[in-house]
Amino acid sequence: MTKDEKYSIAKWAMAHALKSGAQGASVSISNNNSSRIEVRDEKIDKLEESSRNSMRIALYVDKKYSSISTNRLSNKEELGRFIEEAIAGAKYLSEDEFRTLPDPELYYQGGGKDLKTFDRDFATIDPQQKIKYAFDLEKEVLGKDDRIISVSTTYSDGMSGSVMVTSNGFEGDTENTYYSLVASVSVKSGDARPQGHWWESSIYHKNLIKTGIGHMALKHALDKLGQEKIKSGKMPMIVENRLAGQTLQPLISALNGYAIQQKNSFLIDKEGEKIGSDLLTLVDDPFILSGRGSRLFDREGLATKKRNIIEAGVLKSYFIDTYYGKKLEMKPTSGDTTNLLFQPGENDLEGLIASIDRGIYVTGINGGNSNGTTGDFSYGIEGFLVENGKLTQPVSEMNITGNFKELWNNLVAVGNDVYTGSSWRIPSLVFDKVDFSGI
Amino acid sequence: MIVNRRSFIKTGGAAVAGTMVLPPLLKSCQNIQISPDVKSYLDHFEVTPEILQKVIAEAMSKGGDYADLFFEHKISNTLALEDGKVNRAYSNVDYGMGVRVLKGDQTGFAYTETTSLKDMLKVAKTAASIASDPVTFNPGEILEKAPADYYKISRKWETVSVEDKVPYVQKLNDRVHELDEKVTKVSVSLADETSYVLFYNSEGRLTYDYRPLASFRVRSVMEKDGQIENGASARSYRKGFEWLGDDLIEEIAQEAVDNTNILFGATKPIAGEMPVVLGAGGSGILLHEAMGHAFEADFNRKETSIFSDKLGKSVSKDFINIIEDGTMENNRGSINIDDEGNDVKKTYLVKDGVLESYIHDRISANYYGVEPTGNGRRQSFRNVPLPRMRITYMEPGPHSRDDIIQNVDYGVYVDNFSNGQVNIGAGDFTFFVKSGYLIESGKLTQPIKDINIIGNGPQALADITMAAGDYKTDNGTWMCGKGGQSVPVSMGLPTVLVKKLTVGGKSA
Repeated sequence: MTKDEKYSIAKWAMAHALKSGAQGASVSISNNNSSRIEVRDEKIDKLEESSRNSMRIALYVDKKYSSISTNRLSNKEELGRFIEEAIAGAKYLSEDEFRTLPDPELYYQGGGKDLKTFDRDFATIDPQQKIKYAFDLEKEVLGKDDRIISVSTTYSDGMSGSVMVTSNGFEGDTENTYYSLVASVSVKSGDARPQGHWWESSIYHKNLIKTGIGHMALKHALDKLGQEKIKSGKMPMIVENRLAGQTLQPLISALNGYAIQQKNSFLIDKEGEKIGSDLLTLVDDPFILSGRGSRLFDREGLATKKRNIIEAGVLKSYFIDTYYGKKLEMKPTSGDTTNLLFQPGENDLEGLIASIDRGIYVTGINGGNSNGTTGDFSYGIEGFLVENGKLTQPVSEMNITGNFKELWNNLVAVGNDVYTGSSWRIPSLVFDKVDFSGI
Repeated sequence: MIVNRRSFIKTGGAAVAGTMVLPPLLKSCQNIQISPDVKSYLDHFEVTPEILQKVIAEAMSKGGDYADLFFEHKISNTLALEDGKVNRAYSNVDYGMGVRVLKGDQTGFAYTETTSLKDMLKVAKTAASIASDPVTFNPGEILEKAPADYYKISRKWETVSVEDKVPYVQKLNDRVHELDEKVTKVSVSLADETSYVLFYNSEGRLTYDYRPLASFRVRSVMEKDGQIENGASARSYRKGFEWLGDDLIEEIAQEAVDNTNILFGATKPIAGEMPVVLGAGGSGILLHEAMGHAFEADFNRKETSIFSDKLGKSVSKDFINIIEDGTMENNRGSINIDDEGNDVKKTYLVKDGVLESYIHDRISANYYGVEPTGNGRRQSFRNVPLPRMRITYMEPGPHSRDDIIQNVDYGVYVDNFSNGQVNIGAGDFTFFVKSGYLIESGKLTQPIKDINIIGNGPQALADITMAAGDYKTDNGTWMCGKGGQSVPVSMGLPTVLVKKLTVGGKSA
């Protein structure tokens, strides 16, 4: 579907909603095309192609709210009926004075710079070349170690395009592409069959790292051989950069307007207060060229802004959308993160490890959860024991347990090894006094 | 009755045009009978037997060993309450079909969101390209298979209006507020889903399913002396609108209030290894994570599961029987056919302590030379089937709940969970405990909350030393994720004792 076709259907649906009894409507349409090739045993194991459309219509009817979505965009008669039925159904809901379209003054007004999120070469990549990338990764690993029992490598790519229109004047569209290569290697020694993974991804085909991924996956699997559980205790924890986002996620969720208004946050009424150590500085920057989270407007159409979220441990800004902003009587700031930048420190990972007398370097999180209301958490982990600044023993089958309010106050060092393959750009982090449970 | 393809296409095509005038049970050697039931599904997706055969022929045209077509139309509705008012409604329609082609254990797959012949032929051609030896495929006789009937309902969700549903959602909110004056906020959601499924494969099997699924959830927030806690409860079944009623509302409301109340006095245990008593019901998550996933035959075929060489061997005490079932009446995990068109079975994974069967889809059943177990499931027409669980449970054991608790000097009793996970190869599994109790000197003492428990699958299975007779199925809103696909499941367990697991908590 072309951009013009999407705009045309979206505007038709919006007009139909307004004609059928809605006073306001927001319509977005997106489509994406993707392919995936998984290789095993020197053969293609799975070849998948996907082409997907979706449409979402938010309806504002006599102060009542209903939202519908469908992938059936081609039949206007059916689409029209779907809209009419939703409007009819909305009549039985309660009024919700807080539910409105955003203030048009806050909408993105156009004229923003090209954030380089779309690779014009997408359609020209030779399918045989995609297959070859996956086979090449497999070749990096096959026969390299007797303990290998399974190797699987995957190439995938995709492009998506979306448009959004609202009845109070917003119009905007986005286009994105991605490419990724993943390798998974299983090795065996005794009963255990640990698996190692590695991946690379990029927005532009020419920037995708295409080699070394198999080697890294094999290394990660072999490094896990001999994993043991060690004695329980309180000690420092180093979290690998690729995993650090998982420790940050509950903190960001607690800053969301929905969580605050529904009392599912451990950071209610904390703006201007210290919520973490001096090393905790977070900036949300939507305008990084080729950033994974770069965008000119958010999912409501609000113009994005670069803003400080946490400065040296002091909370500066929440993530507030229009609806919960109204409920909380707070100004909307956008309900979503874009590129969340964690201010890096001086040391590389090796330096962080070298600074630890006895602790655990965490390289995998296995299940667990946190309590949004209280900040309590408990997660399964695997990684390596650090003794006198060196990795000495792979560990697994252990838990970390604590409370995020304390954990972020115990952030004692930040690496310089920011992982840029995600919209959250975070380096390796060191937390002191973490409760590990083992033997 | 063997009908050659040429005569089938002619009479099959005619039968479709004239089905309505033929008595449904009329049999003829010349004529393929399409029952009114299957005819209604063909009409639903605007296809005919002739079209299905054209698409399957295209899918097989490069020399695939097998191909199947999976059609799905899903209508979902959610009605939600926040801050005392039923003030939002969501509806979604999803429609399309996927074509899968197998060559040995290789898979080609593509889908389309329309069922026009042109689009279906295009995706069939894409999926076909997993094979590379052009042949002409002649679809054989159509073998219609009526599905089982594990979820009888009386009122279809498609016939229920927003107006009909609103009072139940409001009532659940009101009941939670009534039950405890500490309640400051309640949120409720009622979700219903209706799927039409049509399946046809290169072996001629033509079958279908109608899948209702309903979930009713509530979360309550309580405040006491400045402390805020929130707890939840949910139920889910393959049932119709008739499911909603006062008893259900009372059950969910009371459980949400209890699950929140227990948190106020709760502590954390001392971190480390200890005996864990799993209460009857939701503790079935132990089976799902510690064994279930590792029994899925795709992992074992690839030798990446820690159970890969354990088939036929003793894996637990001999009083333990673990079952994978897709046939429990109105259960969230039940399916009348699996997503590969196979009959659904009740399978013993562990019988008298011995690992008897893996969990199979078509590819793995072929590989192991066994009958499919009806565990081939997919999230939607956009995905390939994988071996997946449905309802995983343990039969009652010989001990009593009291004996089990009395057996523990220091440990934990857990019965309320939010999620779990497993590393298939290493065998490490975890589950997150929302609440439970400490066991001290054989008695339940202080409540505990928000701790993760981790163990190793084969070790934990061998360490189940007691099981009670109080089996219970958990009818919560469990979703199981694998390879990026989610499917509804459920689970159950009697009270059991696991001798030793690693429990999250404070340092001693």
